[in-house]
Formats: sequence, structure tokens, C-alpha cells
Amino acid sequence: MAPHVKLIDRVTAINWNRLDDEKDLEVWDRLTGNFWLPEKVPVSNDIPDWRAMSDAEHTLTMRVFTGLTLLDTIQGTVGAVSLIPDALTPHEEAVYTNIAFMESVHAKSYSSIFSTLCSTRQIDEAFDWSERNPHLQRKAQIVLDYYEGDDPLKRKVASTLLESFLFYSGFYLPMYFSAHAKLTNTADVIRLIIRDEAVHGYYIGYKYQKGLEAAGDAKRAEMEQYTYDLLGELYENEVEYTHSLYDEVGLADDVEQFLHYNANKALMNLGYPALFPAEICDVNPAILAALSPNADENHDFFSGSGSSYVMGKAEETDDDDWDF
Amino acid sequence: MTGLIVYFSSASRNTERFVEHCDFPAHGIDVARIPLGANDAPLHVATPYILIVPTYGGGDARKAVPVQVKRFLNDPGNRSWIRGVIASGNTNFGEAYAAAGPIIARKCGIPLMYRFELMGTARDIATVTEGVTRFFANTPTNTTDIRSSNPTNPTQPTSNPIQSQDQR
Repeated sequence: MAPHVKLIDRVTAINWNRLDDEKDLEVWDRLTGNFWLPEKVPVSNDIPDWRAMSDAEHTLTMRVFTGLTLLDTIQGTVGAVSLIPDALTPHEEAVYTNIAFMESVHAKSYSSIFSTLCSTRQIDEAFDWSERNPHLQRKAQIVLDYYEGDDPLKRKVASTLLESFLFYSGFYLPMYFSAHAKLTNTADVIRLIIRDEAVHGYYIGYKYQKGLEAAGDAKRAEMEQYTYDLLGELYENEVEYTHSLYDEVGLADDVEQFLHYNANKALMNLGYPALFPAEICDVNPAILAALSPNADENHDFFSGSGSSYVMGKAEETDDDDWDF
Repeated sequence: MTGLIVYFSSASRNTERFVEHCDFPAHGIDVARIPLGANDAPLHVATPYILIVPTYGGGDARKAVPVQVKRFLNDPGNRSWIRGVIASGNTNFGEAYAAAGPIIARKCGIPLMYRFELMGTARDIATVTEGVTRFFANTPTNTTDIRSSNPTNPTQPTSNPIQSQDQR
């Protein structure tokens, strides 16, 4: 791969006091403010839960996590780095270096979970499986091919789809366990990863849209078609990957709803309308609640439900610029 | 026109796209945008409105409400006419999902009407367009109507909870 990944040609000293795009500083602040390390989460408290789980659940969990590790490794060592030469501003380059580093933290956090919960033999078997599962290898290859290609916009589409869609067949499982009060500390680690990936997908998708603004109508039409085609290709593979993992525990259909829901959000991050209709994006409320504890509260005032009048609980806000 | 939507959208344009897709003017509802730049002329509103606001999610709750929206609501005139808030966000931010909504609802003493993610789905757009249209059809929006039905200072019902919140 080395010959294809180009480095930036010329560097000027970065001046954070002169911004071309304020989004760069906003996202930098958000990412650095969210910085975390897996060692801060007491995963060892999950050991009793882990011991009580079946062999099938152990195997599934470890396969899911090695799959996620592979994606984070790609994004950390190739994906985010490959975006640097295409950056429109020096601050954008700096944000990608942060993204790349955090992806490496994510990849390491799975190893941290493994070393806490599993035997060396189990760990080796799971990594071996990740090398042999054709669907996992295929999704890695599809994305890698675009990272090594020569189109900056296509690289950003592939990267956003990875950040906002390809992780979710894996993220489903710890949310499922968490909803059943299992491995809740492990789920806390995954929620931190999910929070980071949401900012990454938002930012790379935003930069894609900025790049698209400079393109002509023909290129814009080509990119829209390309995006839906690539999503379709990845989606088909993702459904097969999902079945290869979850059929045994009977959760594949539930995971598919979650995939549709997240595919729509990936498209929105790229500025495109949702593709999958609401009827097949009906995420299991327990999964949604594990992801976002208040997401299923009814705030639909328009449907006339009474609870919509309940005001949110007191939130700390910055009184300096919120000074009525 | 029989109602007003006030919205803010950052350079990512998610909320702008959502508001465009709702096509409020086709339903007789005006639309006004809170300006993005610090040097832009501030927006002043003197008619009842529903605020649509994105959340700067995923981090410090104190930063959840965009500063431009805080500036707009810090104007007592603007604040007195808010009737509801619709907030967007991303469930990936956990408890902070659409956090700008409950913060503004509580500070202004008005209902959080709806939440949606990013630029909203077709279902979100249909629900909000229909709900907002119905809300304004059933709500007197004319300035004199409001004042005659509520002879006291119209800012009073909302100013008390705000002040009790803020004198910390």
C-alpha cells in the first residue's frame, strides 16, 4: 500500500488564531474534550457476568470485538491518515491526526477488554477467526481500496460510511447485553467509542460536503450515485456478515433494523436523505435506550401525549453567555 | 401568515435542510433564521414562534445550546414570544441526545415539542410539518390577540423560571 498513500507536499506552521473554517476548532475542542482511555473504565467488574455467560455468547462477543478491532485499526493507521493530504485547511489536518490517534485507542480498548475477561487461547482463536471470515475481510478490502484510490471525495464517503455505518453490526451486541444488565462496564467503553465515531462521521461528512460545494453539477451527480452504490455494496455484505455472526443466537433480524437506522444516519452525515423507510428502521427500544437513556421518552407534543409537557431535568449551562 | 418558525443551523446545514424539507411557507408559516456570524445583524422577533435548534452534542452540556441561539434568547423581547422548542441531535451522544431541547424548554418554561436526528427522516418531516401547522391553527398568533387574552405583561409567565434558574 505504501506507494499509494501520498504525504502532504508542503507544510506551513499552523496558526489556530486564524481559522478558515470555524468547524475545525469546534470539532477539535469537542474531540479533545471527550478524550478517554479504556483503563479508566472498571471492566474487571464484568468478570462475574462473563463467567456466567455461555460458550456461544463468549465466542460471539469475541468475534464481534475482533471485527471492530479490525475496522478501528484500518481507520487509525490508514483511513484517517489518508484524509490528511486532501485537507482543505491546516486545522483540518490536525483534526485528522486526533481522529487517527483515537481510533488506535479504540482498537487497543478491545484488547484491554479481552485481557480482562478472556484466556489467551480464546483471544488467539478470535483473531484467527477475523482473518478467515470472508465478509469481514471483504468489508475491510472495499474500504481499503477507496483509501488507496485517487479521489479525495470518494475517500471521504468511504470513511464516513465506515465511521457511521460499518461499526454498527458490532456495536449492537454490547448494547444488547447492556439492555439485559450484562457486561455493563464493557458497554460503557463501547458507548465512549460510539460517541467518538459520531463526531468523526459528522466531521468527515461535513468536509465531504464542503468539497462537494466546489465540484460541478456532473461531479455532484456522480458522487451521489457513487455514495448510494457503495452503501448498497457494503450493506449487502453487512447483512451477510450479520447473519454469519448472529443467526446462532437469533438476533440477526433485530441487528438488521439497527443497520438500516444507522445507514440512514451515515447518509445524513454526507448530506443525503435517508434511504431506508421508517418501517424497517424500527430499532428495538431496549437497544435505543442502551445507546441513549432518554431517547425513548415521549417528546412528541404533536401526538398529544401528556408527557411531552414534562420539561427536561435541570442541566448545567454556561451562565456567562446564557445570562438572561 | 399564521405562525413563525425560528431556526438556527451551523455550517453543517443539517437543520437548514430539515426546515427546507418541511416547506413551512407552503403551510402559511413564516421562517426566520438566527444568523451564524457574530457580526451579522441580530434577529428580532415580535410574534409567537417555535424554535428549531440543533445540539452541539457529545460533550459538555454547557455547550449544548449554540451560542448564537443563547444570544437570540438573551433578548427579553425574543424570549417572550417562544411557544415551543424542537431540538435535533444524535442518539450516539447518549444522555446528551438533543440536549439543547430540554435546556431551552426549562429555561423558557415552554414544552419540548419534538426531537429528531441530524437532518431528520421523512417521518420526522411529516410529523413536524403537520404538528406545527396544527399548533398555529389552534393558537392565536396575532400580537393583539395575545395581549387581550393575557392583560399582564406577556413576558411574565416565562421570565420567572428563567430568573430562578439563572441567579446562581
